[in-house]
Amino acid sequence: MDTSVAYILHLADNALILGQRLSEWCGHGPILEQDMAMTNISLDLVGQSRSLFQLASDLEGMGKSEDDLAFLRVGIDYKNCLLVEQPNGDFALTIVRQFFYDAYNYHNYQALLKSNNEQLRAIAEKSLKEITYHLKWSSEWVIRLGDGTEESSLRVKNAILSLWKYTGELFTPVDYEIEAARSGLGVDLEKIEILWAEEVNKIFDLAGLKVPERGWMQKGGKKGAHTEHLGFILADMQYLQRTYPGQKW
Amino acid sequence: MVIDRASEKKKIYALLEQVCDPEIPVLSILDLGIVRDVSFQEDHLEITITPTYTGCPAMDMIEVEIKAILQENNYEKVKVKTILSPAWTTDWLTESGKEKLLAYGIAPPKGKAKSKRALFAEADEIACPQCKSENTEMVSQFGSTACKAQYRCKDCQEPFDYFKCH
Repeated sequence: MDTSVAYILHLADNALILGQRLSEWCGHGPILEQDMAMTNISLDLVGQSRSLFQLASDLEGMGKSEDDLAFLRVGIDYKNCLLVEQPNGDFALTIVRQFFYDAYNYHNYQALLKSNNEQLRAIAEKSLKEITYHLKWSSEWVIRLGDGTEESSLRVKNAILSLWKYTGELFTPVDYEIEAARSGLGVDLEKIEILWAEEVNKIFDLAGLKVPERGWMQKGGKKGAHTEHLGFILADMQYLQRTYPGQKW
Repeated sequence: MVIDRASEKKKIYALLEQVCDPEIPVLSILDLGIVRDVSFQEDHLEITITPTYTGCPAMDMIEVEIKAILQENNYEKVKVKTILSPAWTTDWLTESGKEKLLAYGIAPPKGKAKSKRALFAEADEIACPQCKSENTEMVSQFGSTACKAQYRCKDCQEPFDYFKCH
């Protein structure tokens, strides 16, 4: 596969899988307003993935539709990072996962405003307006829970402990990212990591939370080696297209 | 064949005025500011639109409705092109669109779109579309559709949607 197509698919899969994960909260949120917030964010992410799948399809030139790319690939072809496929857990875990991702996503798309691909720049410009709301929302909740009750603080700390090992992958480039950074299509992840760490330090400080040591990190998702959780999401997400091929809504 | 392009365009815009946002049916797509261009290509008419939010589920429906109304009026070959840049902003909502929103019970965006990065920032003071009181509070930045936030009036107690500045 062409490395630029792989790079765009990686961006698209991150958005799609996290969007799908968040949509599982629909009807289960702790309060109505937060249920709607999570499903709104889910909708934004799925919308962003749609634009990215269209771009990947154009670059690939095989005439695939965005639905083919979203619904008809197998697990090892998905290039999302491990963080976004982790189960929702409790509300604190969802918030911490979202915050780690939003802080990365925000700075990643800021940098993509300078991509050499015009359509990717347009997607970045559009998506950033939405991601800014996401980051604000998840940051506020990290502070509210971290600096909240004994129980909420404990739950956030547990969430950080279980998700921290998936944050390193965000900034560990694989071949198609190295190539995308070199060609000007993508971004330099080392720079994003610095901005991400500043963001996390700032918010954790306000929340009274400690940033863990970097430590040992899990990786593999970007190259198709996923945790067992991805298979279950795909089974759920792909069921309709595989059972009734070509269905539209 | 000489076609009077200016009056032709005017006619097309008048037809587009009849296409509504399926989620906020009091607004036409022109009120919303999502129609970016109407142009005559060699063998077809091209309408360029832009989504309010990337995941806006109304976009496909709007495309179908644009094609339908133009085809009913003898524009047989119509292409609807979607662009993302420049990104849509509530600054493009027309004044008459804002009045229609208010009459419908949705508070229109107030002021110009600005940065959303400030944490726990003071929410804009928004007048209740029912009783006009400014004694209101934001309940959530996310509302019934991607483009709206939820507010509550502390005087008349009514919850209401605010079309957020974006």
